[in-house]
Amino acid sequence: MAERASSASVTLAGRSALRRYSRHLLIPEVGLAGQERLASSRALVIGAGGLGSPALQYLAAAGVGRIGIVDDDTVDVTNLQRQTLFTTADVGSSKATVAARHLHALNPDIAIDAIAIRFDQSNARDLVRLYDLVLDCTDRFSTRYLINDACAIEGRPDVYASIFRFDGQVSVFGAGGPCYRCLYPSAPPAGTVPTCAEGGVLGVLAGIVGSFQAAEALKLLLGIGEPLRGRLLLIDALGARVREVRFERDRDCALCGDEPAIRDAVLEEDDEPLTGDVEEIAPERLDDALRDAVLLDVREPHEAVLGSVDGAIAMPATQLEARMHELDSARRYVVACRVGAKSLWAVRRLRDAGFTRLQHLRGGLLAYAAQRADFDFF
Amino acid sequence: MSARVRVVAFARVADLVGREAELPIAAGARVRDAWECLVARAPALGALAASTRTARNGRVVDFDEPLADGDELALLPPVGGG
Ligand SMILES: [Zn+2]
Repeated sequence: MAERASSASVTLAGRSALRRYSRHLLIPEVGLAGQERLASSRALVIGAGGLGSPALQYLAAAGVGRIGIVDDDTVDVTNLQRQTLFTTADVGSSKATVAARHLHALNPDIAIDAIAIRFDQSNARDLVRLYDLVLDCTDRFSTRYLINDACAIEGRPDVYASIFRFDGQVSVFGAGGPCYRCLYPSAPPAGTVPTCAEGGVLGVLAGIVGSFQAAEALKLLLGIGEPLRGRLLLIDALGARVREVRFERDRDCALCGDEPAIRDAVLEEDDEPLTGDVEEIAPERLDDALRDAVLLDVREPHEAVLGSVDGAIAMPATQLEARMHELDSARRYVVACRVGAKSLWAVRRLRDAGFTRLQHLRGGLLAYAAQRADFDFF
Repeated sequence: MSARVRVVAFARVADLVGREAELPIAAGARVRDAWECLVARAPALGALAASTRTARNGRVVDFDEPLADGDELALLPPVGGG
């Protein structure tokens, strides 16, 4: 039986392949025809990070015939808490290259394209067109919109997921359903939505959500089940609850609405937080500034373990209202947080309360640490 | 007896107002009114008004959607991490 099936196969040669996928062949919804279908499928995974790690591993293990990995980044030690595709020995190496090597070891029968470049508007449509579907595993909003737009224009499903702290989102955009812009018309104003680097993420959440994303991709490639089209799955790891909300095509959507304004995949740069009339100082000038100013650290108490500046006043943004009376409005303060978003809000709040001698540390303590090797901060 | 909605918040919004909350609403209240009531409790929420979507009883709606007693109102800020 197996021999006959094997000889009829165009892509799955020999008993060893059948043995490898035997647990798929036992599922009626997959079977030999489904496994053949996976073997002749192509998936593009954009971002080999927290979501990309599980997604790539399960797509490769499942026998998706060609997998593209787009990531221009290198492995950092802070990635290893959740990016299980990498080992400590990989720190400093190209993510796309290392991922390709590990996946090849996992499944030598599939083709893997290591694409160690930034996914941008110069390559977006050309890359997307080469694959049957795309998994959005990125960590920046501008790239998410570029993926959404390129996928819609090239007619490819965009299997989307995102994570923050304990919360994850998964959906399938396009493929006959509404798109990312129907749900979120444009990127949030810079500095209003914290990233994982800023707010953190439970490592295993990336595994849960990226695995869900891989399941959606495999279902679409196999043509089985009910994809998350027009549904946003909300995963709450802390409450151990999964909820979903439904959304429809927005007739005013700039991409797939009745009168679309977007006709090409163009990168909308993440703009810098609007500092307006707030006085900023560059991180390399902080030491000078602190000769006659005090650093006001508005990070939350639990962030102190990541490093602190000597002599700073710790006043978490969440306690600012209640504690600002402790500050002396005659003194000069440089207000800082981790990346410079919360601190901007704090400067405005203090100014509204009558403080006038305020400066804002651009880029936060992370930017300060980047140019001072002896400041232990991460 | 006043009308109430049950708020379920996610990600950044949950950090600011908690995961679940009961909120009294006035007759004729809309999603916007419930949102502004929460901004009064947590002013930092104001910066998320432009980007947060809301769902009433499991269906994504605009801020001018009317609310009724017993509704579940989900607050869905964008999530970008990966
Ligand atoms: Zn759309």
